[in-house]
Amino acid sequence: MMTGFGTPTTAQQAGQASNQDKLRELVKLPTTWCPGCGNGIILGAFLRACLKLVDNKELEMKNIVVVSGIGCSGRVTQFLKFSSVHSTHGRAIPLATGIKLANPELKVVVMMGDGDAFAIGGNHFIHAARRNIDLTAIIFNNSLYGMTGGQLSPTTQEGEKTPSSPFGNVERPFNISELAITAGATYVARWTTFHVKQLQKSIEDALSHRGFAVVEVITGCPTRTKKKPSELLKMQKNIRPLRVLKKVEDQEVEEFVSKYYRLVRELGKTGRR
Amino acid sequence: MKSNTTRAVRIITGNQAAALAAKNAKVRVVAAYPITPATPVVEELSKMVETGEMKAHFILVESEHSAMAACIGASAAGSRTFTATSSHGLAYMHELLHYATNARTPVVMAVANRAIGPGWNIWADLSDSISQRDTGWMQFYCSDNQEIYDTIIMAYRIAEHRDVLLPAMVCYDGFVLSHTAMPIEITDVNDFIDEYHPVWRLDFDEPSTHGNILPPDYFMELRREVCEAHERALKVMKEVEREFYEYSGRLTPLILEEYRLEDADVAMVTMGAISSEAKIAVDELRKRGVKAGLLRLKAFRPFPKQEVVEKLGSVEKVYVFDRSVSPGFDGQLFSELKAVLWDLRSPPEVYGRIVGLGGRDVTSRVFEKAVLGELDKKWVMEVIY
Repeated sequence: MMTGFGTPTTAQQAGQASNQDKLRELVKLPTTWCPGCGNGIILGAFLRACLKLVDNKELEMKNIVVVSGIGCSGRVTQFLKFSSVHSTHGRAIPLATGIKLANPELKVVVMMGDGDAFAIGGNHFIHAARRNIDLTAIIFNNSLYGMTGGQLSPTTQEGEKTPSSPFGNVERPFNISELAITAGATYVARWTTFHVKQLQKSIEDALSHRGFAVVEVITGCPTRTKKKPSELLKMQKNIRPLRVLKKVEDQEVEEFVSKYYRLVRELGKTGRR
Repeated sequence: MKSNTTRAVRIITGNQAAALAAKNAKVRVVAAYPITPATPVVEELSKMVETGEMKAHFILVESEHSAMAACIGASAAGSRTFTATSSHGLAYMHELLHYATNARTPVVMAVANRAIGPGWNIWADLSDSISQRDTGWMQFYCSDNQEIYDTIIMAYRIAEHRDVLLPAMVCYDGFVLSHTAMPIEITDVNDFIDEYHPVWRLDFDEPSTHGNILPPDYFMELRREVCEAHERALKVMKEVEREFYEYSGRLTPLILEEYRLEDADVAMVTMGAISSEAKIAVDELRKRGVKAGLLRLKAFRPFPKQEVVEKLGSVEKVYVFDRSVSPGFDGQLFSELKAVLWDLRSPPEVYGRIVGLGGRDVTSRVFEKAVLGELDKKWVMEVIY
């Protein structure tokens, strides 16, 4: 909000403070994530994106529902002071699909880890993308199972040493964004916890998008990789490509829920239902 | 006891004991997915496979459902297989648990017992494996780490026996046993358990098809065979228990364990880790003049009906402690025990107490107070330190 190098005016300070207060109303701090964990950065970016859309009257806080799965990312719903569901491992997307179909007015956000969304719940992810259902999927990609001790996940790089691959991973990893694009998601962006501003902007776009929107966020796990958070951020800085990788305009591919409800209405008119 | 058997005492956790048992039992295929609190079993095995200490294939899969499917496949192909899981992971395997039974693949699995959410809870609770009671798996509940090691090894001998051919779960309380280190004797079991010689396997020289449609004219036969195998398993368990005793010098019970029950008026019945606390309670109660005894069930499936009736036939009162509950009814062990004791001409009074769900501490005082009539409700809610 500050435009120059001068000291902020009282009004600016007040504006800053109230924004901070608004953020505090949405989240219960401190979180239980480890010091140096990137998940808090993602949560912060998401909350600021929500607040911005609420300020612009594009969204109402009471219409947002966050669904999470299991793992470190799954904990996110415990820290939110608005509607949220902590579902089971891999089943965040089906649960969110149910919520969205029952009440299409809601903005349903699914927060999942890489193991959650691409190993045990991989099938649901590709089918949600294929359907182009209006969900916002935020993927916390730390390339391992943080909560159970850092075992390899479907996004662990080849050769990476983990407790379940002590001599290096022999499997090839998934490229989450490419998978989302190929499976049919209509908005796909990839950022890291280093690129906070861009991440926040992409989450805003994803929330405004009608269709299956995926924001892959590469985040570091200092606890399991035994690396300094600063080192992890430096690594993230050089990851490529980082940008909005796909954006299909809403009118080009029809979203699943509106298509479904249109069919229901048409059948109702013709008396076939 | 065989004099040439090497043995070493090591201080290890329940999970490490399970992994070592799988290694020493000559397991050749492991397929698993991480879940707290069973993860360290898999880590330990993975390490041993990678260093070549254990000659096995390690399959990392994308879910527990796939883990069990891989185990069934490997077992059908003629390999000795092992996996470990817990709570939601076990629940997710449910469909395949039935498959393993009906396919008669003798897979052995370690289960670190944990509560099932939501109301996310990673602590000890037997609800996860008890709700798999009707899948046809044999179930053993351990009360210390030595038992985990011994039981997994013996479980292979029982499961693979020609008269049995059933999969087996070796269950132990999450964290209380899975993450607690105790001194245990690691016996070399080379002469006790041989390489796997499958009774049946997929034979590529004589191809056949498996797991096909079974119409009403045959399906009941298949299920009856499974049930009869369970009955035969009890006999095999007794043989293996004795043989292991002769081999290792350790009498690790497979069916049940009794403690000061011979002259008891009041019997407590337990399963799993809480039994150690119950033993302390028995001693304390006896000091106070109450003739108490303990019956610990090791095998929940097959349920040792006859043995339980023999042990509890002459007591006046039975207190059953369940670390699990069947909502809409009672603790599962309690209801099964009542069903078994109903056969007696004059059955004892049987009381059920629900204790320690979701890892709530169960101390010896809980048992003492229950027997002394100080806890007269079904739910033991208080935290006693």
